[in-house]
Amino acid sequence: MNFKLIINIALHLLRARLKQTVVAGVGVTFGIAMFITLVSFMNGLNDLLDGLMLNRTPHVRLYNEIKPSENQPISYAENYKNNTNFIASVKPKDRGKAIYNCKSIIHDLKQDKRIVDVAPKITAPVFFNSGTIEISGVINGIDVLAEEKLFKISEYIIEGQIPDLLENNSIIIGKGLANKMLLKKGDIIKVTTSKGNLASLKIVGISQVGISEIDDVMSYTSLVTAQKLLGEPTNYITDIQVKAFDITTAPALAKEFALKYDLDAIDYQTTNSQFETGSSVRSIISYAVGIVLLIVAGFGIYNILNMMIFEKMDSIAILKATGFSGNDVKWIFISLSMVIGIAGGILGLVFGYVFSSIIDVVPFNTAALPTIKTYPVNYNPMFYVIGITFALVTTFIAGLFPALKASRIDPVEIIRGK
Amino acid sequence: MSNIVLETKGLTKYFYDPIQFQVLKSIDMSINHGEFVSIVGKSGCGKSTLLYLLSTMDTDYEGEIYMHEELVTGKSDKELAQIRNEKIGFVFQFHYLLSEYNVLKNVMLPGMKLNKLSEEEIEHNAMQHLKTLEMQDQALKMPNQLSGGQKQRVAIARALINNPLIIMGDEPTGNLDKKNSDIVFDIFKHLTQDHNQTILVVTHDNDFAARTQRTITMEDGRIIT
Repeated sequence: MNFKLIINIALHLLRARLKQTVVAGVGVTFGIAMFITLVSFMNGLNDLLDGLMLNRTPHVRLYNEIKPSENQPISYAENYKNNTNFIASVKPKDRGKAIYNCKSIIHDLKQDKRIVDVAPKITAPVFFNSGTIEISGVINGIDVLAEEKLFKISEYIIEGQIPDLLENNSIIIGKGLANKMLLKKGDIIKVTTSKGNLASLKIVGISQVGISEIDDVMSYTSLVTAQKLLGEPTNYITDIQVKAFDITTAPALAKEFALKYDLDAIDYQTTNSQFETGSSVRSIISYAVGIVLLIVAGFGIYNILNMMIFEKMDSIAILKATGFSGNDVKWIFISLSMVIGIAGGILGLVFGYVFSSIIDVVPFNTAALPTIKTYPVNYNPMFYVIGITFALVTTFIAGLFPALKASRIDPVEIIRGK
Repeated sequence: MSNIVLETKGLTKYFYDPIQFQVLKSIDMSINHGEFVSIVGKSGCGKSTLLYLLSTMDTDYEGEIYMHEELVTGKSDKELAQIRNEKIGFVFQFHYLLSEYNVLKNVMLPGMKLNKLSEEEIEHNAMQHLKTLEMQDQALKMPNQLSGGQKQRVAIARALINNPLIIMGDEPTGNLDKKNSDIVFDIFKHLTQDHNQTILVVTHDNDFAARTQRTITMEDGRIIT
């Protein structure tokens, strides 16, 4: 088959109907541009919300939970071994929050090839003292560098620098806490632990996550400072946070580690199930709207090609009479449609990018999200690939049916009809 | 190779709509190389139907058609298209030029489809044919800028572009006035005499038919002379 000639004929047919062609092309362009814009924006928004909550959560968290012992004393008694025992009023057992042998567990986890990195952490409830007032809060002792690498906490620091935490007796407190206690960077804050230890820490920064429940109580300090504050030795750690390469493996990893290290483990999916649902629903909606736009554009192409076939009956008849087979005629009309699809699709990608860029610079200031200044946009190349693929598929199908009709036209009927 | 360009054996055709009706009744005929043949007959005698069967565009018939002793009947759509492209040139009552292309491109199109010569060679041949038809000055015009007679001459040039075995005409002068009809007839005559071109024309113009070498008269789906 001589594709050069076929495309030449298709282009000539298109040029003869330039206005309609442009309308059809604009339909595709509009569909693709809106698809790209919508999906980029929605995904940008999803990423933002994910970042707000999900990225701050470890994929697997290992800790000691306060819970009843699984083996109650009666199960050790030989006499009642074969009985079914009912125990009333079981009380939970506190095995201490510290993770035993944490150094070797961390070392072991770091060897694991499925894991990006591990960050140890100490969480402890404390009181912040302001004059005679005590405000309850939480202190997080973190391994500053590992925490920054895994959870990018610097994104939520609105004043000060994360490395300042490496200094002894320094602390970063939440914005809500700072406002309530009228504290600013450089001030000294007094902290009392639940055991009564008192310490004075220097504020080196203010953090704001954007969720006031967190900002009102949260504070960060280094592991060493936290251990000193709590009067615990340097191997005292309450949480081990694990980040895996593939987030989908988190539930399996959690189960495995819980068994291996005899600890409690919770995975990302369990912690954030509602967030996951929200994200996927938003994605589905944006894809659905985009695809509907493209299908509408496809109908436009279908209509225009159908009309063109009726107008060009004579041309089709003479093409067939002079030696073009039904197959050739079919390809003429398919390439006609594909030309519209490719031109409209590529323009659509360009406009989609332009619209996304415009959204990207529209100011978006919200007190809840201090580091965000403009609307978020995700420029994932995958969206562009999906967009152009779908444009080509839609226009191909829209062109296929009229093309098949054209290929079946009987030239004798048309020529004799004159 | 024998001298017979086109031959039919027991060609029979029915129309089914609105009722079954036998249009052609076992037609046996043959056309020799270099002949200028016309088919005449009253309206409805089946002469056009016969031409469209011979042209391979209508494949719904009984009997056999041979072109250069090669059986054409039963070939695929693609093979038939190839035969039409290479071996048959058409001139219809209506010119059927593509309005999107200029005169030269219209003439070149079947040659481009055949794809045996380079574009330059096809263009050269097309200009030659237009020149013999005295149409070279109109080569770059669009079809809608030409008169009826001129359009028909372009259609003849298009029919000639692939040096076909046979040129088939369905009332090629039906839409033309006396003067243009004479021009078209002279062109056909010239082609048969000087280039030994085989031509088969269906017409109801008895003057035209009388001047051809051989006239086949049809009545009620049969050849009577």
